[in-house]
Amino acid sequence: MSAATPAPSTTPERVGGPQPMEPSEIRHRKPARSGSLLSLLAWVIGFLFALPVLWMILTSFHSETDAATNPPSVFAPLSLEGYKSFFAAGPWPSLLNSLTASVVSTALVLLLAFPAAYALSIRPVKKWTDVLFFFLSTKMLPIVAGILPLYLFAQKVHLLDNIWWLILLYTSMNLPIAIWMLRSFLAEVPVEMLEAAQVDGASLTRTLRDVIAPVVMPGIASAALICFIFSWNELLLARVLTGTVAGTAPVFLTGFVTSQGLFLAKVCAASLIVSLPVLAAGFAAQDKLVQGLSMGAVR
Amino acid sequence: MSTATETREPATPASPSPGRSTQLAKAGDWARRAPLLPALIFVILMTQLPFLATLVISFMNWNAYYPNERGFAGFDNFRRVFTDVNARQAVIVTILLTVAVVLISLVLGLGIAMLLDRKFRGRGVVRTLMITPFLIVPVAAALLWKHALYNPEYGLFNGLLKFVFGENAPQPDWITNNPLWAIIASLVWQWTPFMMLILLAGLQSRPLDVVEAARIDGASSWQIFRSMTLPHLRQYIELSGLLGAIYVVQNFDAVFTITSGGLGTANLPYFIYQTFYTAQDYGRASAAGVVVVIGTIIIATLALRSVFSLFKEETR
Repeated sequence: MSAATPAPSTTPERVGGPQPMEPSEIRHRKPARSGSLLSLLAWVIGFLFALPVLWMILTSFHSETDAATNPPSVFAPLSLEGYKSFFAAGPWPSLLNSLTASVVSTALVLLLAFPAAYALSIRPVKKWTDVLFFFLSTKMLPIVAGILPLYLFAQKVHLLDNIWWLILLYTSMNLPIAIWMLRSFLAEVPVEMLEAAQVDGASLTRTLRDVIAPVVMPGIASAALICFIFSWNELLLARVLTGTVAGTAPVFLTGFVTSQGLFLAKVCAASLIVSLPVLAAGFAAQDKLVQGLSMGAVR
Repeated sequence: MSTATETREPATPASPSPGRSTQLAKAGDWARRAPLLPALIFVILMTQLPFLATLVISFMNWNAYYPNERGFAGFDNFRRVFTDVNARQAVIVTILLTVAVVLISLVLGLGIAMLLDRKFRGRGVVRTLMITPFLIVPVAAALLWKHALYNPEYGLFNGLLKFVFGENAPQPDWITNNPLWAIIASLVWQWTPFMMLILLAGLQSRPLDVVEAARIDGASSWQIFRSMTLPHLRQYIELSGLLGAIYVVQNFDAVFTITSGGLGTANLPYFIYQTFYTAQDYGRASAAGVVVVIGTIIIATLALRSVFSLFKEETR
């Protein structure tokens, strides 16, 4: 249960820029009765949206026989049967593959995106908006439209079922978003700081490392989070380009697609465990999520 | 085949951020481009090249089962895509799926964002509950809906029906009866939080003093919503709708997991996957891929416009 309802992390009242006054005071001056009804409605809707996940969590802790009763046996004794049979199915290689693919590709993305974002914001190249929109437009190209050549190429150079091919593809998949996000953070570095660094004769590398990096750390963290989530979630490329050796966790989950019968607890346990890293990362940084998903357009 | 060139706005600033010091802008062109090049080259290699190859293959006769018949095919593959019943069905399903999911989750997301824009006890908790669907791995979410919710024998939905209406409660087979709506419902569940998050950010960037002034002047809540909130939210609605559309058009996980493309629910991504992975018809799969891209470019052109207008605001 704790996974779905952690303590409400610091929820800033405002996502936007500086606000002249305390907004909540103004907006909620008159506490009408309709207000508490609306709050109740919000609670009910929130609960309904979380219900399938809460149900999944509960079911994952039931025995297979209790999980598959109708009407549901909410108060059945808890059991680890589902988890045991999930781990007995050998998920570790795929979980490790997912971890490798997500972490390494995220690191590569940051390595490439940071200098690029610098070149698009602090000392921008000519036509920098065009370059920026080129990056964004690649994000809108459906992956499925390039998947066949990616498959044929991998087949030719023996990169099928190789995690490195997936890592490279995830890197290119997430790079545009990271550049967009980092650019909007870099654009906020005060010019005075950069000028001071220049007057002091700091080299580009030093300026990047000692002046800019500390300021944009939150931006780097949120870009990393988004890239990690997207890589972790990806199915189509992994499904087509990997097999028994390099299969990721989502590919492992597709093994449950056709399974029928009394495997509900196992399916729920598997779904929950595979989602756990994303749930943790997402809850920890709810606001960054908005920014990343809207490619930095909404701050 | 980038869409950036098509959407270049007349207002594109010729010189970058005027706020930046001219002193900083003196360095040579190449010194400036250098940090950009690795990322640029990498992205072009990994995204544009494969698509160009798809374009080439779409004009070829190429089925891996008949290696000797490879050759130029002209528009044959495209003709086949548009005359093949399955392919046409896939186009229709893709449109239906995208429009339904985006519209429904936009409306729901807007309503919920308005509810969450007010201050109340436990708002943080409700917000956290709300975004949970978006944080479940898509395949896992689809598995959850297929097995734990929709299953006619022990799924939660039929379980609830039995719980409420007793032994004689109707026990529909959700997926078989309404396969497309089964997929749509699960996707709406996943995408409403996304819409809600962006719209909430939009609502919270609203200048409150103006709203308050309108209220003091006696404007009703509905009037404020119609003539102040909605216009302010317009670009956020467009942005979230179009970004949502770009993701939903590409949806593979839900279709693959819930119905495996059966019962007339194969959308274009699934159709392409099947055509090339199972049927090994590379030419036809590529032609279908090109169709998806053309469709996406139409959406994306609009999306870029909307992102651009926000972006312009940011840089002033």
